Amino acid sequence: MAESRPMLEVRNLKKYFKTKRGLLHAVDDVSFRIEPGKTLGLVGESGCGKSTAGRTILRLLEPTAGQVFFEGADIAALSAAQMRQKRREMQIIFQDPFASLDPRMTVSQIIEEPMRLHKLFPSAQERQRRTLELMDTVGLARRLFNTYPHELDGGRRQRIGIARALALEPRFIVCDEPVSALDVSIQAQILNLMKELQRQLDLTYLFITHDLSVVYHFSDDIAVMYLGKLIEKAPADRLFANPMHPYTQALLSAIPKPSLDARGERILMRGEITSPIAPKAVCRFAGRCPHVSQRCESREPQLMEAEPNHFVSCFLCGQ
Amino acid sequence: MVKYIAKRVLMMIPVLLGVILLVFFIMNLASGNAVLLILGENATEEAVAVKTRELGLDRPILVRYAAYVADLVRGDMGTSYFSSRSVAEEVLSRFPATLKLAVVSAIISTLLAIPLGIFAAVRQNTLFDNFSMILSLVGNSMPAFWLALMLMMLFAEKLGWLPAQGMNNGWRSYVLPAVSIGFINMAAIARTTRSTMLETVRQDYIRTARAKGVDEEAVVMDHAFPNALIPTITVIGVQFGNLLGGAILVETVFAWPGLGRLMVQSVNNRDVPLVLGCIVILSISYSVVNLLVDLVYGFVDPRVRSMYK
Repeated sequence: MAESRPMLEVRNLKKYFKTKRGLLHAVDDVSFRIEPGKTLGLVGESGCGKSTAGRTILRLLEPTAGQVFFEGADIAALSAAQMRQKRREMQIIFQDPFASLDPRMTVSQIIEEPMRLHKLFPSAQERQRRTLELMDTVGLARRLFNTYPHELDGGRRQRIGIARALALEPRFIVCDEPVSALDVSIQAQILNLMKELQRQLDLTYLFITHDLSVVYHFSDDIAVMYLGKLIEKAPADRLFANPMHPYTQALLSAIPKPSLDARGERILMRGEITSPIAPKAVCRFAGRCPHVSQRCESREPQLMEAEPNHFVSCFLCGQ
Repeated sequence: MVKYIAKRVLMMIPVLLGVILLVFFIMNLASGNAVLLILGENATEEAVAVKTRELGLDRPILVRYAAYVADLVRGDMGTSYFSSRSVAEEVLSRFPATLKLAVVSAIISTLLAIPLGIFAAVRQNTLFDNFSMILSLVGNSMPAFWLALMLMMLFAEKLGWLPAQGMNNGWRSYVLPAVSIGFINMAAIARTTRSTMLETVRQDYIRTARAKGVDEEAVVMDHAFPNALIPTITVIGVQFGNLLGGAILVETVFAWPGLGRLMVQSVNNRDVPLVLGCIVILSISYSVVNLLVDLVYGFVDPRVRSMYK
C-alpha cells in the first residue's frame, strides 16, 4: 500500500488567520494521505479546523504553509489560473445546501455552469443532455430542470450540489459536512447516493463531519482533529474498536447506542477548549484531559505510530 | 402578475386620499389667507366675504375635502386662485421639465455610482475604497442647493461655460442641475452598492462559484452583483421618486420651470388647489415608481418573482 501513489497527500498544512488578538491557528501542521478510490473521514467538534482544512486543500483558502500533492503534483504552488483548471479534477460538496446555491440561477444553470466554464462540450445541446444525465444520476426529476433552488427542499438542493460537483467528472471530492443540514431520513438517502457514486465513478473522498456514526459507515480511514491538530488516525474499524487518544475515547463514548443493555460508560469532558489563538507548544487537549499529567503541559506530543497504521498524538501511547 | 399590479394600483387610492386630507388640514392651519393675498391687504370686508364665498372657503373643511375628491375622480383638479387656469393644465405643463431632469440625473448618478460601489467593495480598505467612500460621505452630507450654487458660480459665472438658469439651451441647460442632484444621489447609491456587495461576496454561493472555477471577474459580475442589486434598486427608486416631486431647492436655484418650483410658488401664494395638484401628481408618481421598483425586484430575484403569482 505504501508504494502506490496516493490520490491526495497533504504535508504539514497550516492555515493561520490574523485576528485582533493574535494569530488563530485553524489548521496547524496537518499531514495525511488518501489512496485512490478510498474515503478519509475527517472528524472533530465545531471549530476544530476540519472545514478550513478541506477548503485550504482546494485552495478556496490560501494555505499559510505546507504542501498539497494531488496525484504527485503540488497544487499549493499553482497560479490562480492553473488552479482554476485543476478544479476540474478536485471538487467540493458544501455543508449548507440552502446558502451555497446562487438564488438567481435555475437548477440546470447551476449544474451546467462548470461545464460551460471549462468548455467541456462544444455545444449547448450537449451540455444540456449531460445536465439531464447528471440529474438522473443524482436522482433529480427532469421536470425540475427550470426550477430555482428556493422552490426545492434540502435533500433536493443537496442533490443539485452533488450534480454540480460531478459535472466536471472530478476524481477527488471534498465532502464538507454534506448531510449535517439535512433531516435524518434525508441524510441516509444522500449518503447512500454518495456511496453509490463513489463505486460507479471511482471517486476519492475527503469526508468532513462531526457525526461519528456517519463517518464509521462511510470511511476507510478516520482522522480526528482537535484544535487544528490531527490527534489520531487509523482505519475506521480499528479506531472504533480501539480508540487510543483520550479525546477520541470521549467522542466515541458519546455516540448514542440503539440498544438497552450496551449502555457503556460515558466519558464527560470537563473544562473549556483552549483558545486557538497563539497556542503554546503543549498538548492542546491537556486542559480537558482526564489523564493529564505534568509532561502534557510542558511539551507537545507528536503524531506517532502506536500500532501498525494507527497513529496517535498522546504521551500515554508510547511516546 | 396582472392581478398583482391591479392590486397595487388599487392600494394607491387610500394613500392618495390620506395625503390629500393631510394637505387640506395643513394648508388650512397655515397662517395667511389666500383671499387677502388675492385682493390685497386693503380689501373691504364685503369684498373679502364675496371672494371667500366664490372660492368656497366658507364651507367646513370636510365638505371641501369631499367636494375636492369628488371632482378629482372626474379628473377635475380645480382652478388656480391666481392664474385662473385649470390646475391640471398648469401642473401637467410643468411636469415634463421635472421628469426630464429626474431621468437625466438618475442616469448620471446610477452610471457613476454602481461601478464606484462595486469597485470599492472588491478593493475593500484600499486607497480607492477610502477615496470613493469619502467622496460619497461628502455627497451625502452636502445640501444639494449649496452644491448647485457652487457649481453655478464656477461654471456659469466664472468660466461662463454653461447657462446658469432655465432650460432653453438644449443639453447644456441640463448639466448643472442634473449634476447637482445626481452627485448627491450618486453618493447614496454608491454606499448602498458597496455595503451590499461586501455582504454578498461573503455568501456561501460565491464560494461555490469559486469552487466551480469561475474567474474572479465573473464571480463579481455574474454571481455577486446581480444578487446585490435589490437594495441598490430600492435606493435608486426612492430617489427617483423624490425627484419626480420636483427637486424643490435645485429647481429654485436654477430657475428650472418644473413642478418643484411651481409648488414653492403656490405654497407662498396659499394657492391651495395648485398645491394640492402638485402633491397629487407627486404622490401618484411616487407610488408608480415604487410599483415599478417592486416589479424590477421580481425581474432580478426569482424568489421575489414567485411571490407575485
